[in-house]
Amino acid sequence: MSLAKRIIPCLDVTDGRVVKGINFLELKDAGDPVEVAKKYNEQGADELAFLDITASSDNRGLILHIIENVAKEVFIPLTVGGGVRTPEDVRNLLNAGADKVSINTSAIVNPDIVYQTSSRFGSQCIVVAIDAKLTVEGSKSFWQVFTHGGRNATGLDAVEWAAKMASLGAGELLVTSMDRDGTKKGFDLELIKAISDKVDVPIIASGGVGDLQHLVDGVKIGGADAVLAASIFHFGEYTINEAKAFMKSNHIEIRQ
Amino acid sequence: MIAIIDYGMGNLKSVFNAFQQVSPEADIKVTSNPADIKKAHRVVFPGQGAMPDCIRELDERSLRSSVIDAAKTKPFLGICIGLQMLFDKSEEGNVEGLGLLSGTIKRFNNHNTADESGHKLKIPHMGWNEVSQTNIHPLWQNISNNDRFYFVHSYYLESKEKNIVSAETSYAQKFCCAIAKENIFAVQFHPEKSSTAGLQLIKNFIQWSV
Repeated sequence: MSLAKRIIPCLDVTDGRVVKGINFLELKDAGDPVEVAKKYNEQGADELAFLDITASSDNRGLILHIIENVAKEVFIPLTVGGGVRTPEDVRNLLNAGADKVSINTSAIVNPDIVYQTSSRFGSQCIVVAIDAKLTVEGSKSFWQVFTHGGRNATGLDAVEWAAKMASLGAGELLVTSMDRDGTKKGFDLELIKAISDKVDVPIIASGGVGDLQHLVDGVKIGGADAVLAASIFHFGEYTINEAKAFMKSNHIEIRQ
Repeated sequence: MIAIIDYGMGNLKSVFNAFQQVSPEADIKVTSNPADIKKAHRVVFPGQGAMPDCIRELDERSLRSSVIDAAKTKPFLGICIGLQMLFDKSEEGNVEGLGLLSGTIKRFNNHNTADESGHKLKIPHMGWNEVSQTNIHPLWQNISNNDRFYFVHSYYLESKEKNIVSAETSYAQKFCCAIAKENIFAVQFHPEKSSTAGLQLIKNFIQWSV
């Protein structure tokens, strides 16, 4: 009897639709967000993540309507991220029905936003998303934090950054390997483990899931508290139920 | 009318949505008006964030006596910090609670503590954990023993009043995750985010005749 490891399908949303592409290119339509959310909920998803990848600010408000509609029908935790810049953005998403808001680029521009929003709304609803890429500089290699979907290098060490974010009040960290994202080669387990060992808050592993063994490895080797995946669920390769059954057969505690 | 007490700490939309889902015809009000709380037939006392802030915001809105009256007189459901605030005091900011029940709110300790799989114990305790019912209560009706509910908290109740314990959960240690005393029922987890089992508990609360 213990806490279950969570499976979190991630829905990339733009212009009111769920989409999926490889490295943000070749986006394919994967359905209506409310319908997709309901389907995953019925399959036993433990939580849902929505990433707003809308480029134009004109359509940013759409995510609020989507979350409002999902929250009326789906009674599991909802995490929403993408383009969150101000405490006002956090408040609007929470008011729309998000339980947690994930902050990425704006935490790097202004780390204080993590302190401000976690003090005001509670650590439980502030997730910091960290996109990291293995970087070699001379004889030294480290996981470097990137922003803007992996385009801009920050010079920051992801493990140190994770510790700083937790100390400023992040209640959870969503760690994505940019090297693995979209490759289906599995999580960067060393990255996940390095951060999981360093901080006290729960870690969501992300980036690279191609089969169910990868989910098991994320938990057992990486020490992740939750595993996030998108494409393996969107295009029907696996259902959440199948993922859970596989994890259970590998002696991982899951919610049935 | 069911009053969901709003004292400015966090988002009550989820709680409202869940009540509306199980009882579309019910009159449900998210309110910070003492008159509504007085008039309500049932009262929900949610809470998130830090307990010192919750107590301060409650007092700034002069809602303390309304909450205490409701907890003494009508079906009353505390959720998360709404459970914690009913007790004497919390280690979080060393703040005093409402003192309706006797007990202390303590922080999980992860110093040299591993979870069941040998990894470092994470704080907050976040996710779906098993709720082991320790007594028979109308609010557990149609909910299987050891069903999982969604938790997110860093502090837990420690009380010597063993007779109020209605369920326990294990997170490196056993702790009380639900209490029941007369017209009060309070839970550390979030029924509004706990899918089918959570909605059933809310339904049971709406139908509960004390």
